[in-house]
Amino acid sequence: MIDYQNFTNDKIEQVKPSGIRKFFDIAIEMDNVISLSIGEPDFQTPWHIREAGINSLKKGKTWYSPNKGFIELRKEICNYYKRRFNLSYNPDSDVLVTVGGSEAIDLVFRAIVNGGDEVLIPEPAFVCYTPLTYMAGGKPVIIETKAENNFRLTREALENAITDKTKLLVLPYPNNPTGAIMEREDLEDIADLIIKNDLMVLSDEIYGELTYGGKKHVSIAELDGMKERTIVVSGFSKAFAMTGWRLGYALGPSEIIKQITKLHQYGIMSSPTTAQYAAIEALKNGDNDVAEMKSDYDIRRRLIVGKLNEIGLTCFEPLGAFYTFPCIKSTGLSSDEFATRLVKEKRVAVVPGTAFGESGEGYVRISYAQSLKNIKKALKRIEEFVKELKNENKG
Amino acid sequence: MDKLLEILSENSSFTPKELSLMLGEPEDYINAQIKEYEQSGVIKGYQAIVDWEKVPEAGVTAIIELKVTPQKETGFDEIAKRIMAFEEVTSMYLMAGAFDFSVMVKGATMQEVASFVARKISCVDGIKATATHFMLKTYKLGGLCFVDDEEADGRSMVL
Repeated sequence: MIDYQNFTNDKIEQVKPSGIRKFFDIAIEMDNVISLSIGEPDFQTPWHIREAGINSLKKGKTWYSPNKGFIELRKEICNYYKRRFNLSYNPDSDVLVTVGGSEAIDLVFRAIVNGGDEVLIPEPAFVCYTPLTYMAGGKPVIIETKAENNFRLTREALENAITDKTKLLVLPYPNNPTGAIMEREDLEDIADLIIKNDLMVLSDEIYGELTYGGKKHVSIAELDGMKERTIVVSGFSKAFAMTGWRLGYALGPSEIIKQITKLHQYGIMSSPTTAQYAAIEALKNGDNDVAEMKSDYDIRRRLIVGKLNEIGLTCFEPLGAFYTFPCIKSTGLSSDEFATRLVKEKRVAVVPGTAFGESGEGYVRISYAQSLKNIKKALKRIEEFVKELKNENKG
Repeated sequence: MDKLLEILSENSSFTPKELSLMLGEPEDYINAQIKEYEQSGVIKGYQAIVDWEKVPEAGVTAIIELKVTPQKETGFDEIAKRIMAFEEVTSMYLMAGAFDFSVMVKGATMQEVASFVARKISCVDGIKATATHFMLKTYKLGGLCFVDDEEADGRSMVL
């Protein structure tokens, strides 16, 4: 018998599998489950974008692209960031097209972090930052964000977490799982600390198109003195409903892009060619699709937030992404118990807040990337569940 | 388009309370707005969208193209009134193009529909020609897909 532990990297042994999966595995075994647990749009990629991909295949564009991605796509990405978020980047030197935003995140950690460097990660947050920091040899330092601050990163919390080893701050806003955003004032409040302490920022703006309540996403790179110390990571998955195409990008100082391009070149070579042709079409002619999907998400968001508060699962108003993060403490259950019992007893799958860090205890993530019809049905089931729990507690 | 109408035209089962949450408007306003639409005839009624293929002995549906000679003064409308009065007719439109009316007809069997067209519709004054097309399968109706399994969610949980 081979002891494979002798062959595997010591660090990877320490990395835990994602907690989100566990619930999916439970849910998939059951019939009639409505899943409000999935982190991708329920919409399919708009047809004209799909057609651009199909046409490129028909024309025989089946080769590798340049390492950094097609220049036409890089130009469109720069136009788009200028148009939507008022940031100017040079398509020749400041952009790398990656396999999803996820690859870009991984590359940034690996290109920036030295052994022992501390990386600040506000939590609750998407599950990848901690394990990837760790694999890159860095030390993840968790900053707990709180419901009373609408899960925003406060100056005080940041200040307390900075040490002389801190090198990088991850800024995951609009936030998965909380739906929190950082407004301009919130960013201004922390920018001077970042500059004073000479930190870099990894700004994960994958949900940047999805903000509500008249709030527009503001990139920290827009602030004075911040562009040169920010790497913006984004992609096509959430805004254009293109998850399966696996396409994202990093924007930042050319020196950093140069370094991560080397990793990309050796590890990946180039991002999917077909997806890049589709993405060019998305950026050129997809603004209306984004607006329409966003308007649908907004209607669902209002319904779900209003209804959850009515049911008694208090829910701060999420202004970004497509998640709500209600507090379930009033039920007396832990996040894990709540999610497990909800799926078993009422066939509604949600993700326990603890999957996104310990600070998620007492909360669950409910995704509204699901049809209104199903959301309506699921809310009814959640309402019944909470009522039954109350009776149980009384009894 | 009006968001309220857009939502109701897709699914009229939302309560005023739910609509008020979804649109961020007070419930009273939603109620008043719906009432106004109903009174002014913008909202004509509420129906269930039925997949008749799943109902045993539900019969057949045909679309009948009609070419007519418009009447003096009343134009197409008098002919339309005569035809829409048949209870077999479930919907009817005046069209631009190669024919004038598109009439949807329901019947128990194809023979029944054919005989209805021959004996009743063709005999109406002003009808020049008819063409009957039987519907074989519904792919989409009222904005709802009838073919792909709507409940099936092909998404995977990846992280």
